Amino acid sequence: MMSLDCPHCGPRDENEFHYGGQAGVAYPAHETTDEEWAAYVFLRDNPKGWFRERWFHVHGCRTWFTVERHTVTHEIRKAP
Amino acid sequence: MRFTFDGRPMRGEPGDTLAAALLRNGVRVVGRSVALGRPRGIFTAGPEEPNALVRVGADPMLAATTVELHDGLEAWSLRGKGRVNLDAVALGAVDLDPANLDPANLDPANLDPVDERRCDKGYLHCDVLVVGGGPAGLAATVAAGRSGARVILVDEQPRLGGDLLNSRVRLDGAPGPDWAAGLDLPARVLTTTTAVGCYDHGYVVAVERRARGERLWHIRARRVVLATGAHERSLAFPGNDRPGVMLASAARAYANRYGVAPWRRAVVFACADSGYEAARDLEAAGVAVVAIADPRDGQVVTGTTGDADGVLDGVLIAERPGKERPGEARAGVRRVEAELLAVAGGWNPAVHLFGQARGRLRFDEELQAFVPDGPAPGVRCAGACRGVYGTREAIADGYAAGTEAAGGSAHGLRVPSCEDRRQRPHRPPAALWLVEGDSDEPAFADLHRDVTVADLARATGTGMRSVEHVKRYTTAGTGADQGKTSSAVVVGVMSALLGTAPGQVGTTTFRPPYVPVSFAAFAGRDRGELSDPVRTTAMHDAHVARGAVFENVGQWKRPRYFPLDGESMAQAVWRECVAARTAVAAMDASTLGKIDIRGADAGAFLDRIYTNVYSTLPVGACRYGVMCGADGMVFDDGTTTRLAADRFLMTTTTGNAAAVLDRLEEWHQTEWPELDVSFTSVTDHWATVVVAGPHARRVIAAVAPEALGLAFMRYTDAAVLGVPGRVFRISFSGELAYEVNVPWPYGRALWEAVLELGAVPYGTETMHVLRAEKGFAIVGQETDGTVTPQDLGMAWIVSRRKPDFVGKRSHARPDTARDDRKRLVGLLPDDPETLVDEGAQLVGSPGGPMLGHVTSSYRSAALGRTFALALAARVVPGDRLTAVSGGTASPVTVVAPVFYDPGNERREGEPLTDAPPPPRVAVPRRESPAAPFAARFAAAGTDAVRLRELPFEPMWEVRGADPGGEGTVLRLGPSWWLVCGNVSPRAHWVDVSGQRTILELSGPAAEDVLVTGCPVDLHPSAFPGHAQTLLGRTSVVLERRAPGVHRIYVRSSFTRYLAEWLLDAMEAL
Repeated sequence: MMSLDCPHCGPRDENEFHYGGQAGVAYPAHETTDEEWAAYVFLRDNPKGWFRERWFHVHGCRTWFTVERHTVTHEIRKAP
Repeated sequence: MRFTFDGRPMRGEPGDTLAAALLRNGVRVVGRSVALGRPRGIFTAGPEEPNALVRVGADPMLAATTVELHDGLEAWSLRGKGRVNLDAVALGAVDLDPANLDPANLDPANLDPVDERRCDKGYLHCDVLVVGGGPAGLAATVAAGRSGARVILVDEQPRLGGDLLNSRVRLDGAPGPDWAAGLDLPARVLTTTTAVGCYDHGYVVAVERRARGERLWHIRARRVVLATGAHERSLAFPGNDRPGVMLASAARAYANRYGVAPWRRAVVFACADSGYEAARDLEAAGVAVVAIADPRDGQVVTGTTGDADGVLDGVLIAERPGKERPGEARAGVRRVEAELLAVAGGWNPAVHLFGQARGRLRFDEELQAFVPDGPAPGVRCAGACRGVYGTREAIADGYAAGTEAAGGSAHGLRVPSCEDRRQRPHRPPAALWLVEGDSDEPAFADLHRDVTVADLARATGTGMRSVEHVKRYTTAGTGADQGKTSSAVVVGVMSALLGTAPGQVGTTTFRPPYVPVSFAAFAGRDRGELSDPVRTTAMHDAHVARGAVFENVGQWKRPRYFPLDGESMAQAVWRECVAARTAVAAMDASTLGKIDIRGADAGAFLDRIYTNVYSTLPVGACRYGVMCGADGMVFDDGTTTRLAADRFLMTTTTGNAAAVLDRLEEWHQTEWPELDVSFTSVTDHWATVVVAGPHARRVIAAVAPEALGLAFMRYTDAAVLGVPGRVFRISFSGELAYEVNVPWPYGRALWEAVLELGAVPYGTETMHVLRAEKGFAIVGQETDGTVTPQDLGMAWIVSRRKPDFVGKRSHARPDTARDDRKRLVGLLPDDPETLVDEGAQLVGSPGGPMLGHVTSSYRSAALGRTFALALAARVVPGDRLTAVSGGTASPVTVVAPVFYDPGNERREGEPLTDAPPPPRVAVPRRESPAAPFAARFAAAGTDAVRLRELPFEPMWEVRGADPGGEGTVLRLGPSWWLVCGNVSPRAHWVDVSGQRTILELSGPAAEDVLVTGCPVDLHPSAFPGHAQTLLGRTSVVLERRAPGVHRIYVRSSFTRYLAEWLLDAMEAL
C-alpha cells in the first residue's frame, strides 16, 4: 500500500486514489495523422525507473495531480 | 490447565505453548510428515516450526509452538495431506452429499467446526514502528520514544523479552524477563502481534491474536526498525528428522522458560557456540549431556537410531568429519544412547521482513549467514536480525537504531550490565551444511515438505542452478513454515552439491506473509452483508414490503420485478409490461446518476463531452446524449437538461455514475481548466419515480399538477405532493412518461402515493423489455467498449458541425470508419416462443463465420412473441441467421431494431377525459436515511460509545471562495465547501440536503471504532479537524466536532451499509 502525498490533503493511502496513467500526454490541439492520433489514444511509456504519472484523489478532495514514481522502488517525488 | 490432544486428556501449565505442554506430557510423536508419513516431533520453539502442526478449533493448521495453551483447548494432530476417509465413504458410513451430511458419521478430526471468530482490522500511524520485543527492539523503543517520536512496538510473544525469555541471562543483576518487564516503554505496545508483511512507504501489516479472533493491523510508519532476531538452523545429516532431534535453542527454551526437559540423556551437535549454551542449560535442568559433537573439533553426527516407533534412541558420532573416499565406510563411528539430539547448526538473521522491504542481503563468511547489506528505504535492522549477536551488543544496537529512526537524540540511555556466562572464546560457526552418512536413512533439507538431500541432488543433477528453480522443482521452502528452518540448509546443500559458495547461490525471494494468516483474518468484518456496500434508495423498504425480487446493479439493489402471489418472473414482467403499455406503471429510477453542472462555460464544456450539441439547448429543455471515450467508443448515455443559462442537470446510467463524474473532472482539471464549470453529484439528493403509460397524466394530476402541461423533453420545477420537486417529461419506454423528483426524505411517500393512484410498480426487467421494444440500446448490454454510436445506428446523434468533441477524431480512424463493422440489429426467432440466449453467437450458415452475438432477448407482451437485439456484421433486414448457444441452434430473421411504435405516436398518451384525482397537497411525512436504525442505535449505546443520526440537516455544496458566515463550513477540496445548518443559501449554492445524512459517533471509545475502518491518522497532531476519506468500504466526510465526538457525513444510499458497519464495530469493541 503506497502512500501518496495529495497536494491538498497530505499523505493518504493509495486506495483513496485512482491511477491516471502517464502524465503530460496532452490532447492534440492540431490536425493529426492516424498514426499520431493512435499514439495519443493508445501508446504510453512503460519505463523501468522514474515515471511521471497522474493520480486522482477520488475518495478525498477529487484533485488530479502529477508525481514522479520510480517503477522499481516505488519511491515517489514531486514532479518538476 | 486441562487440554486434549487427539482426544487424550492432558494437563499443562499457564504460560505453556501447546508444544511445551505436549513435551510436558511425554508426547514425542506429534504428527506424520506430509509426503513420506514419517513420525515427527517438536523441532523448534517458535513460528519456524516445520513438524508439529496441529488443528485447533476452526484453525486447520497451526504450529503447536505458537499456540498459547488455554483451559479446555482441543488439539488434533495432522496426518499426511489431509484426506477424506475413503473407507468410510466406501462403506456408506459417510455420505458426501452435503445435504445428507450427518456429523455423527464423521471422525471428529475431519469435521469443519463453525468458525465463530470475530476478526477485524485496524489502522495505526506512528513515527517509528519497532518490530520485535527482544533486547534490541526494547532498546530501540526506549530510544525512539525518549527522542519524542510516536512509537509502536509489536511483538509476537505474549510477554516482551524475546530471547531473554528463553535464556538465563541476567541484566543489571535481574533475570532477563524481569528486566524487560520493568522497562518504562514510551510507546503503544502490541503483544501477541506478528508483523507479517513489510510493504512500500513504511506500511507494515501485523496480525494480533486475540481470543475472540485476530485483528489485522495496518500500520503506517515514517521509519521501521526491524528487531526480528535470528532463527537457529539445522543441517542435513541422515535421520535428522526423528522425533527427539530438535534445535538446540529450542531445547534450551523448553528447559529454561517452561521448565520442561523430559530427557534423561542428550547429545548436542554444536556447529556453533550456542550449542554449548544449550548444553550448559540442559545440564542445569537435570539432563545428562552425554556428548557434544563439534565439527570444529573434528566430530560430526552421521546418523540416528530409533525405537520401534521411530523415535530417537541413539546418535551416531564420527570422530572425523570427512571420508577418505566416497563410498568408504567412515572410521571411528560410535553410537551414543540419547533421547534428545540438540542441533546447533548456526544462526540465520530473520531477514524476512527486511527482504520484503527490498532490503539487499549479503552472505557473511564469518557468520556463515545472509545478513542485511545496509538499510532499506525507511527500514533498518537492529540486533540479531542484522547479525549483531550478544545481549549487550543487541541493546546498544537497538539504542542506535531507535535514536536514528526518531531523528532525535535520546539521553540517559545505558546498556545494562550483563553477566557473561560464555566460558570459552568465541569461534565462528562451522561452514557445514551436509553430512553424508553410512546408512540408508534420508537426510532432510526441508522437514515440512519432506525434501531430502537426494531430491536436491536430483534437481541440481538435471542442470538447475537457480535456487528459485530448485525450490519449485522440489517444493523445498513452500510449506506452511515457508522455509524458515530449511532455506539456509537448501542453499548450503546446493552450494556443496554445486561446489560453489552459498553467497553465489543466494536466497529465494521473501514474500509476505511471514507466518500463515487465516482467511478469516484477511476478511475481517468484511463478510456477509458487510462484504460489499449495498446501496439502497429511499423507497427500499417499500419494495421489500411489496415482495420485490432485487437485482444488483453496481452496488445498488434495484427491484427487478414485483411478483404477485405465485407469479413467475415471466408472468410478472408480462403483467408489468401490459400495465405500462395500456394503463399506467411506475418505476423507482433513483439510482440513475445525477450531476449538477454549473458555470458560464457549462454548455461549452458539454459540447466537448457529448457527441451532440448542448450549448444551444433552450432553458427548460432536455436532450438525450451519448458520450464517448477518446477512442470513439460509447462510454455512457443519458438525458441532460438545461435548468438555467449556466446550469445543467446531467443523468448517467446507474452503474457509471461515479465513473462519469470522475471523467468530467478529469477533462476539466487536466485539459480545459480555463473553462468556468463545476460538478456536484446530486444522485442521492433526489429520489426519482418514473410514471409511464398512456394514463400517466391521471397520476401527475394528483402528485404534480403544475407539470401536467409539460411538453415532451421539457422540464419544470414543480410542487410534488406540496414539496419543491422537479418533473421531466422523458420516456425510455416510448409511452407518455414523467420522471418525478423529490428530495430523498420524501421519496418513499412519493412512491406510495403514485402506487395508491393506480400505477403498477415495475422493475428493471420490464424497463429493459420496454426499451428493447423501442430499440433503445443500454450501455454495457448492447455496448462493451468496442461499439461506436454509429455502430448503434445513432449517427444522427453525432454532430458534424461541432469542431471537436471527445472521440470525434477516432470516428475517422480507418477501423471505426469501415462499413463492415458490427451494427445493432433486431432479430425475430422463427419460432415466436423461442427465447434465444443472450450471448448466443450468430452464424449465416452452419460452419460459416461468426457474424455477431445476441445482446438482449425478451418475451414481448406488446408483440405477443419473443424478440432480440444483436450486434452483427454484414447483415441486412431479411437475412436469415442461426443463433447458437449451449448446443442449441435457433433460426432467426434479421429485422430493423425498432419493434414497437416506430412513428413515436404513443408518447403523447391519452388525454385527461373524466375528472382526474384531486391534487394531493398535504406535505407528507419525511423519512431520513437512517430512520429504520433509530432503535438499534439507541440500544447499542454504552458509556464508551454512542451512535445517533442527526437527520434532515440542511446542506449545500459551494464552489469558489470560502463562503464563511453562519453554520458549519467544511472545506472538501480546493475551492470546494460543504455548508451545513439553518442558514440562508446563496444563489450559486447546490442544495445537497438529501445527498448525505450525518451519523454522530461519540464517547471515549469512538476513535476505537473509527480506527477499525478509517485509514487516516486520527491523532490530534495529524488530523486536520475534518477530512474526506474512507470508512469501512465507503467514502465519507469525517468531522471531529469535539474530543470524542465525531460526525460522519455519509451518502444517503450508503447509510444502511455504514449503519450496519458501525453497529457491528461497536458490538465488537
